[in-house]
Amino acid sequence: MKRTFKAIFIEDNGIRHTIEVPEGWSLMEGAVKHLVPGIDADCGGACACATCHVYVEPEWAARLPEKTEMEETMLDFAPAVKPNSRLSCQLKMTEALDGIVMRVPKSQH
Amino acid sequence: MSEKIVIIGAGQAGIQAVQSLRAEGFTGPITLVGEEAYPPYQRPPLSKAYLLGQLERPRLFLKSDAYYAEAGCELLLNTTARAIHRAEKTVELTDGRTLPYDKLLLTTGARVRRLRCAGADLPGIFYLKTIADVDALQAAFVPGARIAIVGAGYIGLEVAAVGAKSGLNVTVFEAMDRVMARAVSPAISDFFAAEHVKAGVTLKLNTGVEGFEGDGKVERIIAGGQAYDVDLVLVGIGVIANDELAREAGLAATDGIVVDRNAQTSDPAIFAAGDCTRHYGREGVELRLECVQNAIDQAKHAALAMVGRPRTYAEVPWFWSDQYDLKLQIAGLARPTDTLVKRGDPASRKFSIFHLRDGKVAAVEAVNAPQDYMIGKKLIAEGRAVPAQTLADTSIPMKQIGA
Repeated sequence: MKRTFKAIFIEDNGIRHTIEVPEGWSLMEGAVKHLVPGIDADCGGACACATCHVYVEPEWAARLPEKTEMEETMLDFAPAVKPNSRLSCQLKMTEALDGIVMRVPKSQH
Repeated sequence: MSEKIVIIGAGQAGIQAVQSLRAEGFTGPITLVGEEAYPPYQRPPLSKAYLLGQLERPRLFLKSDAYYAEAGCELLLNTTARAIHRAEKTVELTDGRTLPYDKLLLTTGARVRRLRCAGADLPGIFYLKTIADVDALQAAFVPGARIAIVGAGYIGLEVAAVGAKSGLNVTVFEAMDRVMARAVSPAISDFFAAEHVKAGVTLKLNTGVEGFEGDGKVERIIAGGQAYDVDLVLVGIGVIANDELAREAGLAATDGIVVDRNAQTSDPAIFAAGDCTRHYGREGVELRLECVQNAIDQAKHAALAMVGRPRTYAEVPWFWSDQYDLKLQIAGLARPTDTLVKRGDPASRKFSIFHLRDGKVAAVEAVNAPQDYMIGKKLIAEGRAVPAQTLADTSIPMKQIGA
């Protein structure tokens, strides 16, 4: 059985969802599996739609992988982008991200 | 009393419609009917990460099991529609059930085109469309095996890439004179052909398949007048729209269920979306699109129309393919008469081909160049004219061109 680690998604209205994400899965996959509202993930993780946009709480920034050019470009076209914006389909769960806190934008469109 | 919506076909378009109907505030009952044993799942990884064994099956599913109860969506699997009774507004299922509907959505997708030549039904000849197809293929897809791939389209080349990476001995047979001839321009074909050869794949272009031979299973492929020993065969020669259900119900359907720009069929209570439709593209040309983009976007438009807020479907089509470490992304629909402009050097393995029509950007094919693709897509949507020499000049940043 795969190890799982915690991820916390906070909705725009303040509701917190603490979920377990298997190691190696993307945080988007974890959110979809646990029905976190606001993570639409239309394309299923192909980095093609930017509808799994999250704001990662700044204290986690240093532990995140660098953005690929693909993610960077997709984010250029996402609404309400901030410096801490990431696409949760591009963030794989690892031990270093155990407990990561993300805020979900009001809308993905 | 709230309306009842029935959706036939539990693929990407079907599940998108469920999600969009709920997002648009539809509160009535929804029944989603799927022919396969699995809930709606992503097909693109089937010929990539799933075949490679890098993605476990549950990760293909687009929604968790709990989603359906939460969304109030009844999911019926292992069954499909046998007939639509339009006068009664009911759908008869193959499992004997009859479902009444107020609005019906057909997201029946497409099925693989099969070879009909001699020996085409021998065991060891595989197709790739479903999870079950890949699971069947996987048993024979082992290092050292000699695989013949028929058709150098997206599926054939993605499987060739996975095969080469997995240590299979790969030969691709293609009847046309270049790879992905229906989908990309010659410069992209040539680039990908060279990459496959570099990876050890044998490409046989201009080589039509005449038949297969073998004792109890496929052992030889006959192509271009020659016989080649093989252990397994993968056929990827396109798909056929599943439009028979609609046609038998008297709806307009010729090589695809005909829908208008609101995804409505010739019956105002029946809608269709995804691979199964024939629709007017944003350029006003009738077409079929087999892609995730059309499944998602047309399903969203169908949902809007079904809740009485139709919005014209005119999105820019987009496609992608992963082969080795190369990501090919395409936006827009090319025409043979377009003016082609190359941006970047193929030798750097990062370049793109822009298609200009009347001076305006009409399509872009980008290899490992996501900015060219995304900004190109925006230029297409806006109908922007950009001089060819500007696009070709990599000293001018793409962001500046798109600004």
